[in-house]
Amino acid sequence: MRLTCTVNGDRHEVDDVWEGESLLYVLRERMGLPGSKNACEQGECGSCTVYLDGVPVCACLVAAGQAQGREVGTVEGLAGPGELHPVQEAFLEAGAVQCGFCTPGLLVATDDLVRRSRAEGRRPADAEIREALAGNLCRCTGYEKILDAVRLAADRMAGEAR
Amino acid sequence: MSTPTRTPAGAPSSVGGPGGRIGDDAQRPDGVLKVRGEFAYASDLWMDDMLWGVTLRSPHPYARIRSVDVGPALAVPGVHAVLTSDDVPGEKVYGLELADQPVLALDVVRYQGEPVALVAADHPDTARRAAARIVVDYDVWEPVTDARAALGHPTWNQVHDAPAAVTELSRESAHLHPHGNLVRHLKVRKGDPEPTADVVVVGEYEVGMQDQAFLGPESGLAVPGEDGGVDLYVATQWLHVDQRQICSALAMPPEKVRLTLAGVGGAFGGREDLSMHVHACLLALHTGKPVKMSYNREESFFGHVHRHPATMRYEHGATRDGDLVYVKAEIFLDGGAYASSTPAVVGNAGTMGLGPYVVPNVHVDCYGAYTNNPPCGAMRGFGSVQTAFAYEAQMDALAAELGMDPVELRCRNAMELGSETPTGQVVDSPAPVAELLRRLVAMPLPPEPATGDDVDLRHMPGGVSNTTHGEGVRRGVGYAVAYKNVAFSEGFDDYSTARVRLEVVGGEAVATVHTAAAEVGQGLVTVEQQIARTELGVDAVVVHPKDTAVGSAGSSSASRQTYVTGGAVKAACEAVRGRVLERARGLVGRPAGDLRLDGGKVVSDLEGVALPLADVLGDDAVEETVEWRHRPTQALDPDTGQGFAHVQYAFSAHRAVVDVDTELGLVKVVEMACTQDVGKAINPQAVVGQIQGGTAQGLGLAVMEEILVRDGRVQNPSFTDYLIPTVLDMPPMRIEVLEYADPHAPYGLRGVGEAPNISSGPAVLAAIRQATGLPLRRVPVRPEHLTGT
Repeated sequence: MRLTCTVNGDRHEVDDVWEGESLLYVLRERMGLPGSKNACEQGECGSCTVYLDGVPVCACLVAAGQAQGREVGTVEGLAGPGELHPVQEAFLEAGAVQCGFCTPGLLVATDDLVRRSRAEGRRPADAEIREALAGNLCRCTGYEKILDAVRLAADRMAGEAR
Repeated sequence: MSTPTRTPAGAPSSVGGPGGRIGDDAQRPDGVLKVRGEFAYASDLWMDDMLWGVTLRSPHPYARIRSVDVGPALAVPGVHAVLTSDDVPGEKVYGLELADQPVLALDVVRYQGEPVALVAADHPDTARRAAARIVVDYDVWEPVTDARAALGHPTWNQVHDAPAAVTELSRESAHLHPHGNLVRHLKVRKGDPEPTADVVVVGEYEVGMQDQAFLGPESGLAVPGEDGGVDLYVATQWLHVDQRQICSALAMPPEKVRLTLAGVGGAFGGREDLSMHVHACLLALHTGKPVKMSYNREESFFGHVHRHPATMRYEHGATRDGDLVYVKAEIFLDGGAYASSTPAVVGNAGTMGLGPYVVPNVHVDCYGAYTNNPPCGAMRGFGSVQTAFAYEAQMDALAAELGMDPVELRCRNAMELGSETPTGQVVDSPAPVAELLRRLVAMPLPPEPATGDDVDLRHMPGGVSNTTHGEGVRRGVGYAVAYKNVAFSEGFDDYSTARVRLEVVGGEAVATVHTAAAEVGQGLVTVEQQIARTELGVDAVVVHPKDTAVGSAGSSSASRQTYVTGGAVKAACEAVRGRVLERARGLVGRPAGDLRLDGGKVVSDLEGVALPLADVLGDDAVEETVEWRHRPTQALDPDTGQGFAHVQYAFSAHRAVVDVDTELGLVKVVEMACTQDVGKAINPQAVVGQIQGGTAQGLGLAVMEEILVRDGRVQNPSFTDYLIPTVLDMPPMRIEVLEYADPHAPYGLRGVGEAPNISSGPAVLAAIRQATGLPLRRVPVRPEHLTGT
């Protein structure tokens, strides 16, 4: 089948998509966007978290056809060429990246959390951060530095215009 | 040679800038690529015209193969090759320490998931569907699934409340390998063989099978070379030991089997053994096309070795004052179907299985057995994790018997500088075991759990499942301490190779560091840059892609790379620096004895010399390659297990605070505190990251992580059923890092990664025991162990 959707603001059209393929497979293997990761491919680890029409989803659980005509946002779209998004900067500065395989999914989940709390004019509490990231597994860090990074990003983004 | 469209990215230069020297929180050179989603992990590699390879695996833990019919798979459109053991041109078995594991199944399969055949096709699902059409006729045998039974030893009775019995394995098929079911038996004997003591405690313990659960699946891309050889881009821990085994299987010389490290999504020991390496090379050479293989999560559970399950019996004897008199221990490690690194794991469990305590009389027997369970091998902590659960439980039981404080008992018997280990080795660098514990005790405890209207469910065992508002919840606090050998032991020729080049590019001094040391997430690439910046006084340091074009760096295992490859990079930098300063002396025309490199210049404070490196080097590059070794270790005496077997020890201690819902058996870890001596923190932020991550993996084994194996079959090969800690399971941590230099090590550093993984779990168990009063002889602790249901 042919799949047409918008990814990171660009319209993509791909042919010969097999009906059994996931959005994750299409992003990684047919669109040249391997940033979203394939750690479990069963919706347990969150490493493939992407925005679908602005809502974070596990791309491995979305059938490719379900993305038809919709807007997808991946880690590759968080910042422009040569730039870093405040969440990306915070992860680097806080030491929240070791092997980095969970990082793309965590960045999207964090971006979503920080945006939502900023829209409400506040910074997320620790318990709220833990709840928001509970679907993203990390095996390297023990999560402490990820929490540091989210707090840092929330502080910095709170100062920006909404 | 063509290279993949998405190549393993070399680390760019100069990230972190002048701040990134020894002792600084330098940032990772690969960090920007990783947060932008542009870092090329092994599973991201891609080439035009590449094929996908998949593996057909045995559904049976033990069976003879009567026949294999690949015809139906070959008939599937899109399939390019179907291969079996007949297609392996060289040695058909491989292994890290013993070559006993078939590349593809020969006449017998010995574990569920053993690779039987390979398929290459133009789409991964085509390959999977074709593999399902291969017809294998199995004669299914009864599996051997108990390590002690496999060796003909009696079972014990405390762990499972069962009567002791010897299982007779009389049938012929119960001998899994021609040399029997014993992989290694290590005896440690010291002091009085028949010691007596005022107070004796005996305990039997069991540790379940833990999975490394790295997130990046086993993956790689094999590209056939124009010379008839092959280039393999793969996620691994030791390129050169892979290369040796691949060459053997392919019957090719090393120059025809070239490996490059692809991005590695975590390792933790699970990438020491081969997985898809030879398979992808076979398919690529057979089809003449690039072949990618990437396991899904279920296959990953079958595609790598796990941590050995252990059953252990300990007897501790002490004086009434609390001085250890003797320890007797019997340790059985289930190695599964093939040897992997079981011999070395037995070595660690046997030599360090009594903990960092002074024990005058020792009698240890440690066994590694073959069974038809999944093969077990390396995982972070490597034999020391299992035994720590036992010896620390014993120390608590002994303290209770003596009416002593458990920390005081540990401090009273703690190793220190100059102590002798159970294997007769004198500890010749700082061993601040007691200080680590006392510092933990001095740390403030978290506030008592809230009650009544103040309860926040998110802080309760069971969380927002709303299972308790504090009723039946009891708090416990527990301590544990660990030590672990750093680097390879028992006389292994343990070295690393570093090639360092210094040159001026576009007016800027640039150093290039080339090693084959695997960056698996731990941050070795950062350390390599920090060392080169420090030793050569430059800001720009390029980390060359890791490959087999340079000599071996040894394994990214055993907490050894910062020590050994760090030592090699330091030595190569010193060699480069010596040549550059010699040139500078020639230019200056004076002795200039205090010349050094700093800020891209040759500097002499005494004589006011500051020569830009451009003036010294011109267009020349100065390059040196150095093979560097730590001081040699010795094999253990085969009868007594005595000897200078380990080059360095790492020490850490944990305090765990838990809340236990004693009615439902739910555990909430409230806080973890850790103290660790690292000798010298080369990168303090990364050191803390290692401690936090190691703590999490130890906590996971304590309360949730186990591969459940029933009759040789894995029951839970998924992240749905094999649980690792989430951010909700991990508590806040307090960490103190001590830096007592080891005079034998580069910069005085100690390996960091494994020790905190060892002390964390036993501290959690001690805390749960304190909260519940239960003996808890088995990990992971499950709710039914706490409720008795």
